[in-house]
Amino acid sequence: MCDTCGCGDSEVVPVEVHDRILAGNDRTAAHNRKHFAERGVLAVNLMGSPGSGKTALLEATARSVLSSRLGALAGDLETERDAERLRSAGIPTLSITTGSACHLDAAMVHRALHEFPLSDLDYLFIENVGNLVCPAVYDLGQAVSVVALSVTEGEDKPLKYPVMFRKADLVVVTKVDLLPYLPHVRLDALHEALARVMPRPAFLMVSSLANVGLDDWLAWLSDRRRAVTGVPAVAGPAR
Amino acid sequence: MHEYSIVQALLSRVEAEARERNATAVRRLDVSIGELAGIEPELLASAYEFYRERTLCGAADMVITRVPARWVCSTCGTDIARGAVLTCPACGAPGRLERGGEIMLERIELEVP
Repeated sequence: MCDTCGCGDSEVVPVEVHDRILAGNDRTAAHNRKHFAERGVLAVNLMGSPGSGKTALLEATARSVLSSRLGALAGDLETERDAERLRSAGIPTLSITTGSACHLDAAMVHRALHEFPLSDLDYLFIENVGNLVCPAVYDLGQAVSVVALSVTEGEDKPLKYPVMFRKADLVVVTKVDLLPYLPHVRLDALHEALARVMPRPAFLMVSSLANVGLDDWLAWLSDRRRAVTGVPAVAGPAR
Repeated sequence: MHEYSIVQALLSRVEAEARERNATAVRRLDVSIGELAGIEPELLASAYEFYRERTLCGAADMVITRVPARWVCSTCGTDIARGAVLTCPACGAPGRLERGGEIMLERIELEVP
């Protein structure tokens, strides 16, 4: 009831909120992050376009690492294909089928963790849905964000998708064995583009098929695990 | 189209605030969306139109404030120009996004009987 004149109209009450719309997701992400830290697991949110080589990078990682214990959550709109590939490569993997959702969120990862024991792992790779836009918006609780960018996508992608690259700790430039066939792709232009969207531009050149740059990738992972958990995992040489 | 899931998070947050204050309806929402938040304001507005029906926000206008990106030096605070390399022109330290990454619910107006 209106206090001024008793007319029966409702009162309009302003409420100052000033909170992140995704505060609920952020709380779940913080909870996931705590789980990972307590178990000494480095959680890697691996993002990138469809076909950028995310699954192939993880397959190559599994081939190259002798002594580290890997696990993966594979997000896809449909099918278990990526999860099957990763399991064949020797990585215990749980598939998260998102249906129509174009990204993983912290709650999907949290539900998956209930079915996926972390205690025996050094690294958990969360292979996000192939998409260069939406996954960047949702914190999953990862320690590091890695973007796979294949050389065939072109060196201007960081400028076109700045949100994804702004939050990346590392860009893995994949399929570099194709560079001899791509005379128009200039690596200095790629570096320049990354420097305009990433405050700490960092990238590695990798070919998962031709076994190029995997030692650098493993060293980066091992360094980050040491920094985050205080426990170095031994990354073995390629078999 | 993650704007749909942003709207779902927004509506559930607003409804929780409304229930807490025994509001009968929501009259207006103010949100701010940063240029580098990864949210397209037009898509957010159309997702809102789709989802607000039959909720407490059925008659509530959503007002979106767009926040331009502003990068500054993480050490000395010097401005870094739009589109420039994200390294401080004065001291060489990495840039920090001071504004333009936000996805915020700022304010709501509730109708309380």
